[in-house]
Amino acid sequence: MSNKPLAPRDQGAPDYTKLLHPLMAKNYGAWESHDRLRPGVLVHTAKSGDKLYSVRAGSPRTMSADTVRKVCDIADKYCQGFLRFTSRSNVEFLCGDKNDLDGLVNAVENSLGWPLGGTGPSVSNISHTQGWLHCNLPGSDAAGSVKALMDELIDEFKNETLPNRVHISSSCCQINCASHGDIAIIVQHHHPPRINHANMQICELPKVVAICPAAAIRPAVVNGMETVEVVNEKCMYCGACHGQCPSMEIRDSETDTLSIWVGGKVSNARTPPTFMKLAVWGLPNNPPRWPEVGEAVRRILSAYKESAKPWERVGEWIDRIGWQRFFEKTGFPFTRYHIDDGPEALSNLNRSAMVRL
Amino acid sequence: MSVNQTSQAMELHTPMLNELESGPWPSFFSDLKEYSKKKPIVAQLLNQLEESYENRWNYWLGKIINAPGYGGGIIARVSELSHKYPGLANFHTVRVIEPPGWVYSTESLRNLADTAERNGAGILQFHGMSGDVLLLGFDDAGSLQCVEDLMNDGWDIGGSGAAMRTLQCCVGQARCEMACYDTMKTTKHITDTFIHYLHRPEFVYKFKFKLSGCGNDCANSMLRSDMPIIGTWRGPMQVDQAKVAEFIDEKGIEYLIDNVITRCPTRCLAVRGKSLEVDNDNCVRCMHCINVMHHALKPGLDRGVTILVGGHRTLKIGDTLSSVLVPFMKLETDEDLDELISFIERVWEFWNDNGMDHERIGEFIHRVGMGTFLKGVGLEPDPRMIRQPRTTPYIKFEELAPTRFEGEQTKMPPVWNREAEAVETA
Repeated sequence: MSNKPLAPRDQGAPDYTKLLHPLMAKNYGAWESHDRLRPGVLVHTAKSGDKLYSVRAGSPRTMSADTVRKVCDIADKYCQGFLRFTSRSNVEFLCGDKNDLDGLVNAVENSLGWPLGGTGPSVSNISHTQGWLHCNLPGSDAAGSVKALMDELIDEFKNETLPNRVHISSSCCQINCASHGDIAIIVQHHHPPRINHANMQICELPKVVAICPAAAIRPAVVNGMETVEVVNEKCMYCGACHGQCPSMEIRDSETDTLSIWVGGKVSNARTPPTFMKLAVWGLPNNPPRWPEVGEAVRRILSAYKESAKPWERVGEWIDRIGWQRFFEKTGFPFTRYHIDDGPEALSNLNRSAMVRL
Repeated sequence: MSVNQTSQAMELHTPMLNELESGPWPSFFSDLKEYSKKKPIVAQLLNQLEESYENRWNYWLGKIINAPGYGGGIIARVSELSHKYPGLANFHTVRVIEPPGWVYSTESLRNLADTAERNGAGILQFHGMSGDVLLLGFDDAGSLQCVEDLMNDGWDIGGSGAAMRTLQCCVGQARCEMACYDTMKTTKHITDTFIHYLHRPEFVYKFKFKLSGCGNDCANSMLRSDMPIIGTWRGPMQVDQAKVAEFIDEKGIEYLIDNVITRCPTRCLAVRGKSLEVDNDNCVRCMHCINVMHHALKPGLDRGVTILVGGHRTLKIGDTLSSVLVPFMKLETDEDLDELISFIERVWEFWNDNGMDHERIGEFIHRVGMGTFLKGVGLEPDPRMIRQPRTTPYIKFEELAPTRFEGEQTKMPPVWNREAEAVETA
């Protein structure tokens, strides 16, 4: 252990110029075009004529130090020691020599055991949160449910046979750290928080009151102790207070469920970015493999695959065919809970006489 | 030696987690199970995770621990089951600022793996939802030593709390022909310039930047950052008519019409024989036609960025999408970067002076109105900032409210001129 005193050094972001593959450094800002050679393998051609091959594989995101070293061994052998990750936790091995490509693909698929894919019109790796492995708020797991779901969807990851790319996200509480996706899975709570009045002294009460989006929390005195109370009729079970104060327990292992949301999109291509919308609710939180979630996601994907036009993202497809057809095709029940009563409530109604009959 | 390095071996009891070993997708559980033979503390982690699976319950609580001089970057976790799993009594995450574009040399990755293994449980995640590398499983002393080792090896720790958060960007010009500006350089520049605000939370709430080289937005900035910076261009896009003809020969004219011409959001494309006509004045730089015909079409040459503001996920006022704040800004020279930095400072100053505790900037704009916000940060209104003008007629026109009788107060001082209601006393 070093005896040097700790002190802030404010070093900032790593110097990426030292972490670029030599062909990236040489052709920085001078790329000409790209092609997909096969699912999981991209080639980028520079104006100089240089070609850089990227072999994309799905990673489990959570890795032991030994697995990181195995990844490095492969990159040392075939990639001059350089690689990158994508925003969806895929690893991209960067290879400057076409002759190394077969060996690289073989090493990734067989010795590392990671599937190639996630390029073009496919299901990419699932962005996900921390879950029971290491978060303080989760109502479900993330890494495990993602593993189980990707087992189901592996063919859609390894092939490019969907109308357009599909981004899936999986969040283990209603704070929803994994955010929007073409298809998104979220935990939902169904009761107001259970307040541990004896342990409220560990929390800043004004902050607990202020954080409630429904203004349902107010100061109270219980057994002579300063604490808060919740107006149950106002509470919408979001769990914001639980994030602020662990004594406001929102989770319930018996009653928490999962819901699936569709049509989120960040890209500006064709149509502006969109939020995701509720597709189906009340799925059981069913470890270790969450089969009901897998079944529902497959249903959405197969309806999308069958009836979307090329380049339509899930949300664009539903916009064209209408929600009535979406619920018909997926077989999910349309319920009064699908009708918005949040901030977008009125603008989410069909404010026209345009109806499919 | 910290506790997390000296934990005694513990037998794995994981019947439910074992179900995650089958199937074709790589299993984090199989990896950690194997690794637990080398790192006994990982067995404790997996046994606790098994209890979570069995009881559908979570056993982690938070606490606060900081490296001296820092106000964030270590996400502390303590287990409620530490009587059974003593190694998990303190089992923290260290966030590390990732290289812009998530590019690595194996030397740098091995260094992270060694540091994680030497000081803690040796579990790494690539990457967290805010872009950082996450290193898991350090006790208090191990966390501090890990941070110290990271510093010595040239890394820095990431943001947490009401601070500028770790930035993330797409691969940009390092490997993409569509990138309209240098996302990596800009990411490093903003990070390094404002590193103080990343390490020492002093904002009203968190503030995230994400940077994408074009409207395809591979950094997910639109919905997931307070300030997306997205590459774009002025003037005509580049069209190689010979390659347009090749595209038509290869794919057929119907494919072009069905998938390019009719999909343009502003209907600014037309096909004439085997060439493409573009109404560049009406193009909104959505990238779709370029995505489909990427050999024939390219972004224009006069490039820059569009800066947006205010995106965040649903708490507390519902989802907010980012909206345009600066329709176009050049971002090539050092002077351009200086201008960006002073613009960000203006935005932060107005938000932090007037925002409420725990109020993201999108929520702040929702509360005070974009008109007020623009005046506060010194920007002129521009029709490119809106989808359509207002529909509500109740407006406080400052210009149209002359005094009607002596002593009537016609002007509320605008919020940006108002005296602070409470003066801080020493």
